[in-house]
Amino acid sequence: MTTITLNFGPSRITSRMTGRTLACGAAMFLATAAFQPDTAMAQGWEPAKPVEFLIPAGTGGGADQMARFIQGVITKHKLMKQPMVVVNKSGGAGAEAFLDIKVSNRDPHKLVITLSNLFTTPLGTNIPFNWKEITPVSMLALDQFILWVNAESVIKTPAEYIAAVKNGEDRQMKMGGTGSKQEDQIITVAIERLAAPKKMTYIPYKGGGEVAVQLVGKHIDSTVNNPIEAVSQWRANALRPLCIFDAKRSTYTGKVTATMAWSDIPTCKESGMDVEYQMLRGIFAAPGITPAQTAYYVDLFKKVTETPDWKEFMEQGAFNQTMLSGDAFKTWLTTAEKTHYDLMKEAGFLATGK
Amino acid sequence: MEEINALFNGFAVVLTPYNMILMVVGILLGVIIGVLPGLGGANGVAILLPLTFSMPPTSAIIMLSCLYWGALFGGAITSILFNIPGEPWSVATTFDGHPMAQNGKADEALTTAFTSSFIGALFAVIVITFLAPLVAKFALKFGPAEFFAVQFLTFASFIGMGAGSPFKTIMAMCLGFALAAVGLDTITGQLRMTFDFITLLKGFGFLVAVIGLFGIGEMLSSMEEGLEFKGAHAKLRLDAVLRTWKQLPKYWATSLRSCLIGVWMGITPGGATPASFMSYGLARRFAKEPKTFGKGNPEGIVAPETAAHAAGTAALLPMLTLGIPGSPTAAVLLGGLLIWGLQPGPLLFVEKPDFVWGLIASMYLGNLVGLIVVLTCVPAFAAILRVPFSIVAPVIMVICAVGAYTVNNAIFDVWLMIVFGVMGYVFGKLKYPLAPLVLALVLGDTAESSFRQAMLASQGSLSIFWANPLVTTIMTLGVLMLLWPAISWLRGLLRRQGGSVSA
Repeated sequence: MTTITLNFGPSRITSRMTGRTLACGAAMFLATAAFQPDTAMAQGWEPAKPVEFLIPAGTGGGADQMARFIQGVITKHKLMKQPMVVVNKSGGAGAEAFLDIKVSNRDPHKLVITLSNLFTTPLGTNIPFNWKEITPVSMLALDQFILWVNAESVIKTPAEYIAAVKNGEDRQMKMGGTGSKQEDQIITVAIERLAAPKKMTYIPYKGGGEVAVQLVGKHIDSTVNNPIEAVSQWRANALRPLCIFDAKRSTYTGKVTATMAWSDIPTCKESGMDVEYQMLRGIFAAPGITPAQTAYYVDLFKKVTETPDWKEFMEQGAFNQTMLSGDAFKTWLTTAEKTHYDLMKEAGFLATGK
Repeated sequence: MEEINALFNGFAVVLTPYNMILMVVGILLGVIIGVLPGLGGANGVAILLPLTFSMPPTSAIIMLSCLYWGALFGGAITSILFNIPGEPWSVATTFDGHPMAQNGKADEALTTAFTSSFIGALFAVIVITFLAPLVAKFALKFGPAEFFAVQFLTFASFIGMGAGSPFKTIMAMCLGFALAAVGLDTITGQLRMTFDFITLLKGFGFLVAVIGLFGIGEMLSSMEEGLEFKGAHAKLRLDAVLRTWKQLPKYWATSLRSCLIGVWMGITPGGATPASFMSYGLARRFAKEPKTFGKGNPEGIVAPETAAHAAGTAALLPMLTLGIPGSPTAAVLLGGLLIWGLQPGPLLFVEKPDFVWGLIASMYLGNLVGLIVVLTCVPAFAAILRVPFSIVAPVIMVICAVGAYTVNNAIFDVWLMIVFGVMGYVFGKLKYPLAPLVLALVLGDTAESSFRQAMLASQGSLSIFWANPLVTTIMTLGVLMLLWPAISWLRGLLRRQGGSVSA
């Protein structure tokens, strides 16, 4: 039997607007799940042909890296008898991949790895897709976001950052991020609220690595890069992390730079910037697959996350190792979708008719 | 010389039998991947990546980077023989490479292409060896305005390319921009010109368009002209390599210019494709007889091939030192580095010298091995043209269709390829140039993004394009290039007037 202990700590994304508390209605769950070996395999379904693993993003990005890493781990540890084929379908901010799996009804040989565009793309573009139309398998981890500035910047704390936006000229603070009306811009809007009525300028780029380098080159003033996208620049003393957009500090205490570990980065909330956001790294399968097939994949990804390679990868990117599956995952998804809807509504990012 | 010592350590790492075998395997696979249109270097590396997880990282990167060199070499083969660019950066190679093959000089064209590739790569590796830290810092100076300036320069250096009417050139370019705009707009996150067709979400793939426009278009033309390859009756001469090498030194200026363009575009990271176009445009601009371009001038092969290979090689530098990939293939390799537990970035050179210098040493050796492999195969490649058209044509059709399918794993793309093929044929009949369309299709999207990013950063002020010496220089060069036809026309006019006055 599978025992899942859930420890929900719903914490709101709140942003303060000149004294008044303005709840964005945003909630992110912190869930600690304890898995025990289960009996899923007893039901005995196994893939009969190569499994296609769709990536709703281009080559080289965070989702791509994780998917190819998973493929490598499965191959290296021989976790699946059939090969896994990774396919990038990045068209329409990932909609291409989601629509592909949506129409692959009852095909158990197709999986998709998701990021926040699972919610943001359908909400922002009117593309006919919703996560409820495909089968949730498991949440592998939550990806963190960190507020970064150039190491030579005069800004040293989140409070100073907000003060700089507030006291500077309107739209003077340039925030670079990946894509438009997606996670990076959503966080930017949440920060912007704290400095109202002053606005910030958001500049969308294609990939996270590019964004980090633009910050090193001082073409932008700040970013909300994922840890893995900016870590090498941090280690080279080119960037400075101000705070992490999580409810609690990272649990990784190993030194990343000469003096700091991931756990030394304060949370944004504790340092006066009341914004929280994390991004789903999860796996979905085609609609209409049998419970035995879902169980097979839940088990497969559990084995992946138990390998030492995975643990190392998680630490490198300072991921929040929250694993969920089954109903707990669905509950999480429902809440996260609502969060994104509310955030995007307030930011004016929703497509007409949503 | 610290670098020399490090480099020799690198050679020591590479020169083990195991690594040498991996190197040759990588090159051969790469050539095959480069020949097959659609299955680009990025796909090839991505497919093989998981196989390398059990290898030591240095061996793995040697094999994968050699696959990348192989693909760079291989891209030229089908461009020259069949007018089908196997890779985006070999499009410019078709302009003069294919006419040369039609004139019965396929072997010379291939030798020119391979040798130029090698020189470009060698130049880039030398730059990487000695100037890596310096060059890496230069890349940081590139923001949206600088990127747009470079793209503007590429377009400008290409204006007036077609021998035909300038209006037809502008028409073709506009059509290219329109096609490039289909799909998701990265700046606003909205869909454009998809008309609610799900298949249009991803826009028009550059490779699909190119395979259709060039490959299928060419097949249609050949069928009309009597089902025969032009140049099929050329004699196969085994001394082609030496004969061509004797000719090459006279293109040293073009070669050097192309090397510089390539290294610069690879580092910034503009990529191999714009580098090849820009280099071709400039070679034609500075040529004594620009009219011979497009009709089989070897200089028209030297320029794009040198630049593409220099850019492809130099693109690995920003990947290693900054963690930003200069090309799609470099992006996949970057993923590989992380999986092998290596962190690309400014500290990689300090923390993993064995890996970095092993890779750099493998660039020298890999390119040399690659050159030898492809040069020995020149007669074999050229002999393909002697196979009867009725046998080769269906094979090419199938390869094109498979290639178009592979780009996105979508059958719709195969239909799209055929539509583009008909379009290519009609363009040829009506004497509309294809090059501006292709250029606009490949660069239109990024140029638009850079322009709008720059406008966002400057709050809508165009002064950002003249904000610092770097961007001012590039923009001014671009404007000069754009106005060059008008300037030379004016100069001619003045000289004639001056002449008539004195007479």
